[in-house]
Amino acid sequence: MTSNDIRKATIAVMVDNEPGVLARVVGLFSGRGYNIDSLTVSEVDEAAHLSRITIVTRGTEMIIEQIKAQLRRLVPVHRVSDLTVEGAHVERELALVKVASSGDKRVEALRIADIFRARAVDSTIGSFVFEITGSVEKLSAFVDLMRPLGLVDVSRTGVVAISRGPDAL
Amino acid sequence: MAQDRMTGSEILIKALSDQGVDVVFGYPGGAVLPIYDALFQQNHLRHILVRQEGGAVHAAEGYARSTGKVGVVLVTSGPGATNCVTGLTDALMDSVPVVCLTGQVPTHLIGNDAFQEADTLGITRPCTKHNYLVRHVDDLAHVVHEAFHVAKSGRPGPVVVDLPKDVVTAPGSYTPPARARHRSYNPRVKGDLSRIEEAVDLLAAAKRPLIYAGGGVINAGPAASQLLTNLVDTTGFPTTLTLMGLGALRGSHKNFIGMVGMHGSLEANMCMHDCDVMLCVGARFDDRVTGRVDAFSPDSTKIHIDIDASSINKNIPIHVPIVGDCAYVLEDLTKVWKSRQARPDGKALAEWWDRIERWRARKSFGYKPSADVIKPQHALDLLNARLRERDDVYITTEVGQHQMWAAQFIGFEKPNRWMTSGGLGTMGYGLPAAMGVQVAHPDALVIDVAGEASVLMNIQEMSTIAQYRLPVKVFILNNRWMGMVRQWQEFFFGGRYAESYMDSLPDFVKLAESFGAVGLRANGPDELDSVIDDMIAAPKAVIADIRIDPDENVYPMIPAGAAHNQITMSPDDEVKLDAAHKDEGMVLV
Repeated sequence: MTSNDIRKATIAVMVDNEPGVLARVVGLFSGRGYNIDSLTVSEVDEAAHLSRITIVTRGTEMIIEQIKAQLRRLVPVHRVSDLTVEGAHVERELALVKVASSGDKRVEALRIADIFRARAVDSTIGSFVFEITGSVEKLSAFVDLMRPLGLVDVSRTGVVAISRGPDAL
Repeated sequence: MAQDRMTGSEILIKALSDQGVDVVFGYPGGAVLPIYDALFQQNHLRHILVRQEGGAVHAAEGYARSTGKVGVVLVTSGPGATNCVTGLTDALMDSVPVVCLTGQVPTHLIGNDAFQEADTLGITRPCTKHNYLVRHVDDLAHVVHEAFHVAKSGRPGPVVVDLPKDVVTAPGSYTPPARARHRSYNPRVKGDLSRIEEAVDLLAAAKRPLIYAGGGVINAGPAASQLLTNLVDTTGFPTTLTLMGLGALRGSHKNFIGMVGMHGSLEANMCMHDCDVMLCVGARFDDRVTGRVDAFSPDSTKIHIDIDASSINKNIPIHVPIVGDCAYVLEDLTKVWKSRQARPDGKALAEWWDRIERWRARKSFGYKPSADVIKPQHALDLLNARLRERDDVYITTEVGQHQMWAAQFIGFEKPNRWMTSGGLGTMGYGLPAAMGVQVAHPDALVIDVAGEASVLMNIQEMSTIAQYRLPVKVFILNNRWMGMVRQWQEFFFGGRYAESYMDSLPDFVKLAESFGAVGLRANGPDELDSVIDDMIAAPKAVIADIRIDPDENVYPMIPAGAAHNQITMSPDDEVKLDAAHKDEGMVLV
């Protein structure tokens, strides 16, 4: 509890899919000065009106525990799970990466995309849009490599995560 | 289930009645006219018309804290709602159950910058426990019932229900309160038994134990205060209370060692610093209690009982966290203590009490009496002596020096008798809060111990007090300064008294009379007795203007940034701070 080491935490939060719920979560983080590395949200159960929020944050153990306790205090929050400490989990992010170039640079961009298993989802004479999924680090590495090859635009989703094994959240 | 078609306003009033509401504090306006029209046509709910919406929220807080029930507020959209923000924040910080019904422009105008439109939901989100916008009349009853459940269960707090004008005029059907479990909000009341057993083992083995209890005990109901008292009687442990917890253990109990914190007693703060096992019950290690966090109670094992898991390990690392309602946990803890036939370490406890008595003997709330000028402590001593003769006294305060003196010098023998703004420190709280208390307890003696600066912040409520013939007593310790600001400027800002002196104060006697109340004044110590007697005897509202020594400071004091054992006892005591901590204290509040 008293450790001052900063750790990363990937937290999954199941919430009622109702207006304002995201504002409650985001307001909690800004109001109490917690850090957000990334945040994603989407409805995952239409019948039960449940959305799943995945938040990547960092802080000391005491801060991470505070974040979880504060999240659990929100009325529309059903479950809060710290995937980072609750066993193995999978984290993925998706990015759309636009590269505009010609000649050797265009060929090189396509070759690197192939190595990273990125798919071209749009193509013009002068540009590609690549779709790539993977870890945050892999996406960042890909974006860095595209920079000298004509990178013009990047859109990333932020991390989504799920635990390994048969159990639900 | 569904009953005959009613309008949204009628549904609202039925829902309030079914929630046991008997009084609403409010102020009408365009968006809530349909609700006021429905109020006009019924006899279940009493409406108290305040003079500013902020007063309505504080009145509801006073009502709630003195009864244990939910306080209810009804205000219009836009400015009606925004005026409530301070009171809502106050209720959030001090865990007071309040339901605030706000009018809203019709749903089709929301977002259009309509007349008297404000984003009430957005504005009140961070200052409420939860808030709702009712979009359909058929959701209205359910939302109101849920709002009451959320406000009063778990850690209590304020809940806003925003009501668009078209929703309260539309026809719909009523749903009675349901017993169903809430989908996601189900606060835990029973504590983990293995943790409770661990706590009992620690307490039984303690050499220098301390019980530190707070507002959570009051919020858990009178039974929790009784259980706390039983535990103190059984163990013989010294017990301190926070500002919010005063009354949870009777002030005259021999084991009560005074309030803890910045202006708490020497013995309470020294016990905090030197104890080896601390049992925190429903308190939250607020910075006014802990002082310097890295020097806080360095040698103790800490047990923390709180219904709000986020209060545990927030400021101070806790060894044994117990999440649950104070009453439930104290009951289980007492059972385990008895079933194990636990005994405190008698010899160690006797030595500990010897040390405590030596601290106590220094009389840290002492002051130098004067024959020429009224010392505020003396005024409160005399007042307290009169109050001890009766069992129907409720005290509210404003915020500042007078608040701390009231906490130090007035004894509270029961819970729910002391209403003060602890967390937010809201000047202007006491007068409207006293009004709410008096509405709930029409025959009781309700006194707002005030400062002249604070009381002016909501002085308009004297008009409400007059309208409803509420016999509230306002006991102003008038030093012509914002006393606590002046004290900090004296200690920490080289005596440069920037904007803390108030010129052109009203004549409080004439002010009282202009509202049909009794105005009294004491200029010197020899006038105090009769002013206090006349104030208590008056069958109507009173403002007593007590002209006190303008230079008096609140002692003892642990300056911000200092540890408990660096307490300053009196003006003769140097502020025991090295330069580094003094600088640190400057930036602290």
